[in-house]
Amino acid sequence: MANAALDPHAAIATTASGAPDRLTTADGRPLVRALARSQSKARRRAFLLVAPLLAFILITFVVPIGQMLQRSFHNDGFSANMPQISAWFAETPAGTVPDDAAWTALAADLTASAEARSIGVVGTRINYDLAGSRSLFTSTGRKVRRGIEPPYRDALLEMDEDWGDPQLWSAMRGASSAVTGNFYLAAVDRTRDEAGKIVQVEENRRIYVTLFWRTFWLSGLITALTFVLGFPIAHLLATLPMRKSNLLMILVLLPFWTSLLVRTTSWMVLLQQQGVINDILVWLGIIGDGQRLQMIYNQTGTIIAMTHILLPFMILPLYSVMRTINPSYVRAARSLGATSWTAFRRIYFPQTLPGLGAGAMLVFILAVGYYITPALVGGSSGQLISNMIAMHMTDTLNWSMAAALAALLLGAVLALYWLYDRLVGVDNLKLG
Amino acid sequence: MKRILMLGTAIGLVGAPAMAEVNLLSWGGAYGNSHLEAYAKPFMAETGTEVVMSDADNPATPIKAQVEAGNVSIDVASVEYADAVRLCDEGLVEPIDPAILKAADDGTEAMDDFIEGAVTECFVGTDVYSMVLAFNDDAFSDAKPATPADFFDLEGFPGKRTMRKGAKFNLELALMADGVPAADVYATLDSDEGVDRAFAKLDSIKDEVIWWEAGAQPPQLLADGEVSMAYAFNGRIFNAAQADGQPFEIIWDGQIYEMEGWVIPAGAPNMEDAMEFVAWTTAPAPQARAAEFISYGPPRRSAAAMVGNIEGTDQPMGPHLPTTDANMTNALGSDLEFWVDHDAELNERFNAWLAG
Repeated sequence: MANAALDPHAAIATTASGAPDRLTTADGRPLVRALARSQSKARRRAFLLVAPLLAFILITFVVPIGQMLQRSFHNDGFSANMPQISAWFAETPAGTVPDDAAWTALAADLTASAEARSIGVVGTRINYDLAGSRSLFTSTGRKVRRGIEPPYRDALLEMDEDWGDPQLWSAMRGASSAVTGNFYLAAVDRTRDEAGKIVQVEENRRIYVTLFWRTFWLSGLITALTFVLGFPIAHLLATLPMRKSNLLMILVLLPFWTSLLVRTTSWMVLLQQQGVINDILVWLGIIGDGQRLQMIYNQTGTIIAMTHILLPFMILPLYSVMRTINPSYVRAARSLGATSWTAFRRIYFPQTLPGLGAGAMLVFILAVGYYITPALVGGSSGQLISNMIAMHMTDTLNWSMAAALAALLLGAVLALYWLYDRLVGVDNLKLG
Repeated sequence: MKRILMLGTAIGLVGAPAMAEVNLLSWGGAYGNSHLEAYAKPFMAETGTEVVMSDADNPATPIKAQVEAGNVSIDVASVEYADAVRLCDEGLVEPIDPAILKAADDGTEAMDDFIEGAVTECFVGTDVYSMVLAFNDDAFSDAKPATPADFFDLEGFPGKRTMRKGAKFNLELALMADGVPAADVYATLDSDEGVDRAFAKLDSIKDEVIWWEAGAQPPQLLADGEVSMAYAFNGRIFNAAQADGQPFEIIWDGQIYEMEGWVIPAGAPNMEDAMEFVAWTTAPAPQARAAEFISYGPPRRSAAAMVGNIEGTDQPMGPHLPTTDANMTNALGSDLEFWVDHDAELNERFNAWLAG
């Protein structure tokens, strides 16, 4: 209703519906209906124009991402292939000691799953929660294919005594429903203990929370650095005469157009211990041959390379905003007695905020998802969360975990975007 | 991630099935070239079946994506052993009947001719590669390093090291350097104390290690003098030494070997041609031929003697292969069961250790 009140056409319509005989078209139809019809035709036409793009985005972007994110909370690797034991878990409360019915159900499911060659899927699913259990399932699967006799508890324990492990049963219970929050728990270094309580994982496996913090802290630092470095350049670009500023602009754009890998590799050539910069420092006698600086394969390398690569994303929005700032405002402030610092701080800088906001947002969001550069120059201390997502995508093939980490990253970025909107206002963005 | 998805889409678009065609997914680079020269081209010449090659970072990823999406365009793919087992367990690749494999020239049954473990339910091995220690000869003027223990000896053999960023291989190497015999490495790693021991050993050189991610990095770092020793794939070191004349030496003591080979994705569009391709290319002669292009050894015993000179030179390839007897004296076969089980757990611990 609030929206309708804001719409001028709707306003007429509201009045018209109040007094239908007063507002009609020339051929006697109620104006409100004629208007709605002509408007809907225009709307339909407009929609048809954007429909191809909408379909394209839906098919290539929204649906795949949605499917991927669905894996973060939906994994039926266990529940779909082990229906009987899953049903037993659903009927009994957490922590129940497995009874005869449970062992019978487990043996039946294992046999069926081994026959259907899905035992690996089952084992893989449990292995996500309890390392080392995948081979327990596959080896037991090979054995039960040869036959299994009751009593099933003794038969299974005979095959492998790990079947009696309460942690295994707890992991199976966790996997017995397709919808699970366990991947999100794992993504924040948490797990469930035997009683189903949420606890931290062992200290030497806690990694994701550290990496999330590091990712956001480094992205923030890189954003600040691009601002400090980019602001004066953008100002220079905006105020120099056209001929000179064009030349300078090419210097900004040239690296922007160069391949990311080329730029990253160039930094390796420059910064490594036997690299150009260290060679020059040694040659100048500033440092000895034995004290070559370690500037790459650590956090420093990640910060330097990423700041350089993301710099144009800060400079370009700043530049486009600074071009439009009328120089007479600053002159007026100066003529009214402001010092150059006050004029800058109170008159010039606030006018650059839309560009700064857009630049900072672009740089930060790109930095949060950066992958190749930290992988190549990051060493041990420059790893970001995206490197772990890549590891789960390509090495461990645990796509549910990758999706959970990605979803958390996406959520955090959206939260920051919302915060930004509350503090600065998205309307204030100017991207170019 | 984006690259993989794009690649997956690209493959999906290209793979319209046609008559007598095999879509082969390989790794690219020198390794992919050996597939092209030793397998694809001769196979096309002999059978008339067209082989369409494409590359992926790790072909196991597109297989999983394609089979799960129900849109399979790959007929044969080259994957690592551990991935093959995992894909097979999950029903993502077809079983391959060992009866189709060709016997050795002297009549030995195929299954007796392949080395142990080279043929599994869904996998036929094409080559054996290994992780080896290598050093830049220019970095050490007097004594040369010769064992895994020397790699961890920063005083005797100064200089930075480079190792693969990941738990696999590094933990095994650390234990071997710490005095664990190759045969006991995985039994030791299976206990918490064993893992602690491996990490403690890695701790001793942690500050001097540059971690590599792409296979091309270690030869580069060695050549630049950035590191004095590297732990890398033998093929990469060999290529840099052979083709670029770099003064790199390989230490075969403590090598960890693994296999790569063919799998056929479930629901491959040209199943029969794919089976024929697998059988044809895993015969001894093509396997020996492939080893002339890259220093990965053939997994068939009868093929070892058939390997000739390094392609384009008159030097024999034999001494550079991981499978040559002299290089196997203290070698460790990578235990895929162990790694499929503990991959995630140990990598998390490894990354936590790195970050700490």
